[in-house]
Amino acid sequence: MTAIADPIAAGLAAGWHVTDCATLTADRVIEADVVIVGSGAGGGVTAEILAQSGLKVVIVEEGALKSSRDFRMREAEAYPALYQESAARKTKDKAINILQGRTVGGSTTVNWTSSFRTPPVTLAHWQRRYGLTTYTVESLAPWFEQMEARLHIAGWPTPPNANNDLLRQGASRLGIATGAIRRNVNGCWNLGYCGMGCPTNAKQSMLVTTIPSALDRGATLLTRARAERLVLRGDRADHLMIAALDADGIAPTGHTVTVRARHYVVAGGAINSPGLLLRSGAPDPNRLLGARTFLHPTLVSAARFAQPVEGYAGAPQTIYSDHFLDTLPPDGPVGYKLEVPPLHPLLLSTTLAGFGAAHAEAMRHFARTQGMLALLRDGFHDGAPGGRVLLRADGTPELDYAMTNYLWDGARRALLTMAEIQFAAGAEAVLPLHETGRHYASWNEAQAAIAALPMAPLLTRVASAHVMGGCAMAGHERDGVVAPDGRYRGLTNVSVHDGSLFPTSIGANPQLSIYAITARLASGLAGQLTGGKSYG
Amino acid sequence: MTTRRNFLRFVGGGAIALAAGGALYRGLQQSAPRRFNLDKSGHELLTAVAPVLVGPALTAPADIAAVVGRVQTAIAGLPLATQAELQDLFGLLALAPARRLLTGLPAWRDATPAQLQTFLQDWRLHRFQKLRSAYQALHDLVLGSWYADPASWGAIGYPGPMQELA
Repeated sequence: MTAIADPIAAGLAAGWHVTDCATLTADRVIEADVVIVGSGAGGGVTAEILAQSGLKVVIVEEGALKSSRDFRMREAEAYPALYQESAARKTKDKAINILQGRTVGGSTTVNWTSSFRTPPVTLAHWQRRYGLTTYTVESLAPWFEQMEARLHIAGWPTPPNANNDLLRQGASRLGIATGAIRRNVNGCWNLGYCGMGCPTNAKQSMLVTTIPSALDRGATLLTRARAERLVLRGDRADHLMIAALDADGIAPTGHTVTVRARHYVVAGGAINSPGLLLRSGAPDPNRLLGARTFLHPTLVSAARFAQPVEGYAGAPQTIYSDHFLDTLPPDGPVGYKLEVPPLHPLLLSTTLAGFGAAHAEAMRHFARTQGMLALLRDGFHDGAPGGRVLLRADGTPELDYAMTNYLWDGARRALLTMAEIQFAAGAEAVLPLHETGRHYASWNEAQAAIAALPMAPLLTRVASAHVMGGCAMAGHERDGVVAPDGRYRGLTNVSVHDGSLFPTSIGANPQLSIYAITARLASGLAGQLTGGKSYG
Repeated sequence: MTTRRNFLRFVGGGAIALAAGGALYRGLQQSAPRRFNLDKSGHELLTAVAPVLVGPALTAPADIAAVVGRVQTAIAGLPLATQAELQDLFGLLALAPARRLLTGLPAWRDATPAQLQTFLQDWRLHRFQKLRSAYQALHDLVLGSWYADPASWGAIGYPGPMQELA
């Protein structure tokens, strides 16, 4: 047994202020300078920067505090413990499965470490269409550099695993350019279990970086704490009402925590952030709150090879292709980014369509299966206006997201592209993930079949691991509920610091965009709250 | 007849569809959803469909019971609103008239594998999205519960995580 140092256990032993609200036996009231709802990419970065500036910070997290000693690389344990809705969160029509973290560190604790700067075409679109004139490549560069240094984001020197290398090989044979993905890891063992929590603390998630740093500086962390409502008084938030959840995070215990703060930062991730603001009755004169929520709707293609692929082993995402983004204008037919997913039995078996002998036969070839993903770039065209976050009868949020004909056109092209690349890489058979798809033995056969597949919800498999938007920032109030400095319009002491800020999808895995943009916003906020120099 | 009205609303597809059958099953108790624990009819449903969903590897009664147990654990980890939706689905399928109308099946324990396969395939490709989503719920719960179990890994060539760390 190798002893892995556990920074969470060490911090708790050293006296961090952490309260598991499942254990509360009485209601509580806490005072702070700033309360941050959410401990993921936006909340973690904000917590560290505000705590560094001397502010008294309270971090509110709906999930539990888990650490490397809990990360046993088993899907059956990891999904209920670390993900929203046991990794089975779905759009309102159940047609898109959404992977989002719910644990200290949020999605950064369970993501696949892919780190991309916000693409220049995305920033250009934001400047032109959403009046975000300060969101330029040049002005953001120092914030990217700062966060890349903070989180060890760098090129990955180890050769890609076979799952990734087959994307590279197939694309190369077709003249499609690929690139290497940078990763936020330090001392990575190349195990392949990033999605179940890093067992060696190599992944530089918020769990092992910014959150411990904030706690070292005296911040308070509340876990199993669901932010129910900001109680508003005029144009100010007066206090935050929090429901304590039971130990498995399903039902409220009945105890509450009230936090009174000078400032409130909403960083619960797209879906939960708009949900909190909707429950709070935040001003929304243009009905924009919760609207334009994006998913990078993701198509999946599974290929069978003669040789072992072992998609469960090795760094999960190391090769990508932007060919089908770069060769299409952002406001033209929808483009897509190509990547591969790690393959583990539970996630693959539920993602594979069909049942019985045919499904078992596909699973029998698990270790020789290569998976490929195409992430559609939504939000840049009238045909992809995103979904809307709504509240269920019990007040919990859900996303109503309709796939449009514009997106289905991209879905079909994406399935064709992936099959062609997989055959070019030497696949024996390719299976587009669709209820009426099957294994096709040649590119010609696959091409004809995919061209005829009915594109429809709950027939075509669509997934998402990137939820963005819903609290869009924009230069003008008609375009977004949040101003370019992260302040919620109409409330003087509420900010939004997470992926829900984005007025479109990113067109790349969003974690680094969230880190850099919220680092800039948090530095500005720290200056304002401490009376110091602020970001202009 | 309440069941017939609920059936028509169910297949009508709207947002109220699943809630309709479920309201009958649950009674109109309270607005806050509660935890859903599989009852006898839920066990019978899963015991019948699990081997048909998983395929030839799942035949032993003890293995089937283990899968059903893990499905119960998986349901317990879902939000209360989702648990209520599943309770509605299972509740509707427990009512003999509704089950016959929706699936054509006799009691779960009396259904043959061929009948169950026809039912699952029918819902899988059904023109009503609601029934396709109900099929996918059963698909994901059962297959996820089977392949989550290390006992299933040998047959698919998955070695499991590194022993030294696990």
